[in-house]
Amino acid sequence: MSARSPRGQVSSRSLLARSRWLLARRLCQLGLLALFLIGPLLGVWIIKGNLSASLLFDQIPLTDPLLLLQTLAAGHWPYVTAWTGALIVLVFYALVGGRVFCSWVCPVNLVTDTAAWLRRRLGIKTGRTPDGNTRYWLLAGLMAATVLTGVLVWEWVNPVTLLHRALVFGLGGASLLIIGIFLYDTLIASRGWCGHLCPVGAFYAVLGRIALVRVSAHRRDACDDCMECFVICPEPQVIRPALKGVGQPHPLILSGNCTNCGRCIDVCDRDVFKMTHRFDQRSAQ
Amino acid sequence: MSGRDSQKPASTPRRRFLREALTAAGGGCLLALGAGLHARQASALPAQAIRPPGALVEEDFLAACVRCGLCVRDCPYGTLRLADMLDPVATGSPFFTARQVPCEMCEDIPCVKACPTGALDRSLTDITKARMGLAVLSDQESCLNFLGLRCDVCYRVCPVIDKAITLETRHNPRSDRHAMLLPTVHSDACTGCGKCEKSCVLPEPAIKVLPRKVAQGALPAHYRKGWEEKARNGESLIGDQLRLPVRGFDGTTAGRAATETVVAPATPAAPIVATPQAASVPHASALNSRWKP
Repeated sequence: MSARSPRGQVSSRSLLARSRWLLARRLCQLGLLALFLIGPLLGVWIIKGNLSASLLFDQIPLTDPLLLLQTLAAGHWPYVTAWTGALIVLVFYALVGGRVFCSWVCPVNLVTDTAAWLRRRLGIKTGRTPDGNTRYWLLAGLMAATVLTGVLVWEWVNPVTLLHRALVFGLGGASLLIIGIFLYDTLIASRGWCGHLCPVGAFYAVLGRIALVRVSAHRRDACDDCMECFVICPEPQVIRPALKGVGQPHPLILSGNCTNCGRCIDVCDRDVFKMTHRFDQRSAQ
Repeated sequence: MSGRDSQKPASTPRRRFLREALTAAGGGCLLALGAGLHARQASALPAQAIRPPGALVEEDFLAACVRCGLCVRDCPYGTLRLADMLDPVATGSPFFTARQVPCEMCEDIPCVKACPTGALDRSLTDITKARMGLAVLSDQESCLNFLGLRCDVCYRVCPVIDKAITLETRHNPRSDRHAMLLPTVHSDACTGCGKCEKSCVLPEPAIKVLPRKVAQGALPAHYRKGWEEKARNGESLIGDQLRLPVRGFDGTTAGRAATETVVAPATPAAPIVATPQAASVPHASALNSRWKP
């Protein structure tokens, strides 16, 4: 069975073989949502709360470090519970990759991935993409606004927590914002929200610079320049240094913006990429 | 300009970088400003939204609450809910509407225990010390007890009965022979749980729980209540009551204490009637009734 690639080329591998990481990722995203939902729906409380802060097995606190940072910026010193939760989350993402949050956990990813897929499918090339550094400015801006106002201003409009809260607690108002992001990503900017604007992603990208788990273009000699990985990657700029050896000798993708989504591993017919750790600097052969 | 640009090819990428950075910075600042303004606008809590027990004062609460909903989850009565984006309450923050589901005042206060950040203050361990809001009997024209009936429902359901709400006996001037038992809220004991508002039998409650900031006035800080100071001190702070001379009376009243009760004579002197005689004698008219105690 052959499958059509994002660029329309015919691949020798089946669609399933080309979607392993994608399926794993969707399973993780939806599974996490299900875990949050079986509490209120079935009364089985494995995890309670939402992505801002939660309680696992009624014992282990989890806190979004960015939210903890915001409460500090707003001038509130949180309880040890929140600190513990933030530390656990921080250590977790420092191990598996900062923006693993974006591609494996965040519910907005489902929306923007759909938008990106639609944009590819319909061949939409219109619009204007903002600078990729805008997210860092936004992150700095929201922190400054939090300090100035003394309240969590970002949480008023944060689509990430809004969508998750809406799904878990059954609120409808966030849908307008999510539709807005979907339309923006589809019609105006390719990967506009997650790849250029989202300050939550920017925060996790900073954390991701030290992360342990990494994608490596370990068989980059086998690359035939088909460009499939560049087309499918949500952050295509991270691939070049590793794949083409621009400015670095090793084949590791060390940019904090790599989300470890594994789509490059999926789509590559030459089996160039693999998931490994940051100290694995070997190239095959 | 173009000549200089061609002489310095390095300036083009630098300019592009500067332009992009400025665009990004401008966009970021604008968005942050918008969010800030939005937040400021919406930071006034609407009167129907009551925060959970132990909530910090509103501006501190909005700095501390991460909108995780753990308090909502641990409320056994489904009282609390998180604000939707279109609600007038800060997005995602917990509140309850007393008329729908009031607070049942659990003794172990699970919502406060659930809060990971301290937006709900754990120093609140006695639920009767909670000050979520303040009940106000806002419509005396509709309250059945004020109409002279014996409804008493708000008083009966009050978890702090006889402290937060008492029934004060008053004479009923309408029937002139019955008593009115007026539900009276005391701010030093009312927790703002909202059970009175929930159970008011009227289609629209005559008693409502309001945020304390909305419900309460405040005396200026320098005001002292003389009677309280006297009770604390054993004597008045400003010495005895001043004795002032009584003015407006003739010499015969001079020297009388100001506090002495002055009663009118049993028979009124010279009724003011417009008679020809009275008109002819102007000094005996209404200008001088010649009334003497």
